[in-house]
Amino acid sequence: MQALVIAAHGSHLNPGAARPTYAHADTVRDTGAFDEVREAFWKEEPHFREVIRTLESDEVYVVPLFISEGYFTEQVIPRELRLSEWDPDRWDSEGTDADWATLEAEGKTIHYCGPVGTHDAMTDVIVRRAESVTDDPDVGKGVGLAVVGHGTERNENSAKAVEYHADRIRNRGRFDEVEALFMDEEPEVDDVTDYFESDDVVVVPLFVADGYHTQEDIPEDMGLTEDYREGWEVPAEVEEHRIWYAGAVGTEALMAEVILERAADAGADIENAIDRVKRATAEMADADDRGSRAEAGD
Amino acid sequence: MNAERAVEALVERVDGGETVDCDGLSVEAGPEGYRLELPELERTGLSTEELRRTLSAFGEYATNWRYWDRVGGAGTARRAFLRWCERAPVPGEATPGESDPEPLAVPDRYDALAEGIDREWGQLLLTTTLAENGDRRYDLRHVEDAGAAVEDLDTYDEPREARELTTFDEDGRYRPLKTAPTLVPGWVFPSPSATELVSAVGFFYPATVENWHREREGELDVDHWIDTAERQTGIYDVIDELPREAVDWMAEACCVDSQCLRRREWEYDSEDPIDAPGGEGPFPCREPCSLVIAAARSWAIDESEESHTWEVELTRGERNQIEEIVDAVAEGRTEEIREADVGEGANRYRARYLRAKRFGGEDDGDEGGEGFGDLVE
Repeated sequence: MQALVIAAHGSHLNPGAARPTYAHADTVRDTGAFDEVREAFWKEEPHFREVIRTLESDEVYVVPLFISEGYFTEQVIPRELRLSEWDPDRWDSEGTDADWATLEAEGKTIHYCGPVGTHDAMTDVIVRRAESVTDDPDVGKGVGLAVVGHGTERNENSAKAVEYHADRIRNRGRFDEVEALFMDEEPEVDDVTDYFESDDVVVVPLFVADGYHTQEDIPEDMGLTEDYREGWEVPAEVEEHRIWYAGAVGTEALMAEVILERAADAGADIENAIDRVKRATAEMADADDRGSRAEAGD
Repeated sequence: MNAERAVEALVERVDGGETVDCDGLSVEAGPEGYRLELPELERTGLSTEELRRTLSAFGEYATNWRYWDRVGGAGTARRAFLRWCERAPVPGEATPGESDPEPLAVPDRYDALAEGIDREWGQLLLTTTLAENGDRRYDLRHVEDAGAAVEDLDTYDEPREARELTTFDEDGRYRPLKTAPTLVPGWVFPSPSATELVSAVGFFYPATVENWHREREGELDVDHWIDTAERQTGIYDVIDELPREAVDWMAEACCVDSQCLRRREWEYDSEDPIDAPGGEGPFPCREPCSLVIAAARSWAIDESEESHTWEVELTRGERNQIEEIVDAVAEGRTEEIREADVGEGANRYRARYLRAKRFGGEDDGDEGGEGFGDLVE
């Protein structure tokens, strides 16, 4: 038997923080690729500390639903899971190329994977997010894309992940312009319009869940709205640009695919689950688009 | 009850060379015929026909074996829990919080199952009854909804839907602690399978079944306060500085049954018990949870400040009123104090009056600085 654990931050205060985790876990459950699928949290339950014992499987794939390699993925999660043989060198990563490490805990084999945020498949999720917010499956020509991250505050890898995906999207040549922008360092998201010549700019925050940063700070800082509580238009006119603000990339249904890719890289036997998730989430995205245009930005 | 299929399956199993051994029933095939044992009955040298006939006469034992054979999961928490639900014998010791009635032998258990066996798990009520073919049926609902007709409750089939039921309390406030005694009633899982039942309980109260099982097996890995505190890093690095007596106050504030249904098994350390009741529930708490850790950080910072003597002028009534306000907040009663109940010290008008008179009024936002009391040097 094999199990998947999706390890996320969660929140003591915000009931919405776990929603993307639940949604992606359910998408994976519905593929039947794993005998058991569990959500686990730092701030909610089951806690990282308690999750392994809830599994009957001997092979456990743990995928952190985090954006960057750093404090949580390198210290907190391995410690709380009791991965006593863990050392960050096991990932042999320069900040964006973690793969997996196979360890033991509580009598089980734990395949501890790098975070979703630095997997190559994440690049496609950012692009998918741009497609869904513009309702244009071919979005790119004549359009700029800003990938927004937190910045270095506590962890330099946080900026690396943002730049990594921005570079990969830029190299594909699909968008006229691609920039990595940050909340607390240059180039700052506040000045988003200074960095683009294109009239239309899609802004995708590289965050796991919507919350204070993506729903309050960034919209106000970019000038989409005076007061986040009043919402904003999608697209919103800012200094003669149209800003298509996507909200947290982590809420995109295709994130479930990245989780599966992580586990598959580490050796999970998931057969064609990835293709099925791609198809299922594309259908979800279509349905969402039809349903949500009117309320975008709420 | 129709035991025919169970009897056939059992004969087939022992013919395959296995010994069947379940809840007082033991059957095996040998060169001299079958050996069958039941409480107060032993037969040897039975022909297949004699074995069938005897088993059919004790059909309850046969269907009981067949059910538990299909549940499977030897040694798992899932199996132990499902057996506990119907008062079947479970390996290990009853946990301190289980007011455990004696386990029932098969005939008595079947009588009880015909009526339905109720078990409480926190605020969950689990009822096991017998289906026509000897299978079990389950019903999972809130303890407050005992006896309610299924039609009068919101019905759920998917265990994962339990997540939605656990997210908010009756006032619509977020429940960050799943084992807080604030689970909303009004719903039912009317016919979950055994697997779905355990899965749903796992969504309501994550890891409680597994930790209960470990405790029964004598293998609960308790992490006491000081070990848990010293393990923390980052912004929680400070919590191991919380003074010893503050850990008692913390447990009294957070971990008693009125706040959390887990039974606290962790102490300050293995030799230094915490002076607050640990609770009475069936499932244990094996280490301070993330809410306690987060709150401990605030208290560790508060406790790093020195105490001072303050000079405050209050009437005796005002002094008592402050106590009443603290009590009302601590008991979560502020919402129920009526608008015009000015006899209550924690009534909003009474508190606003006190603030106007003694705390510098509405605009004094400096948290007990200038507005309230003078520091005695």
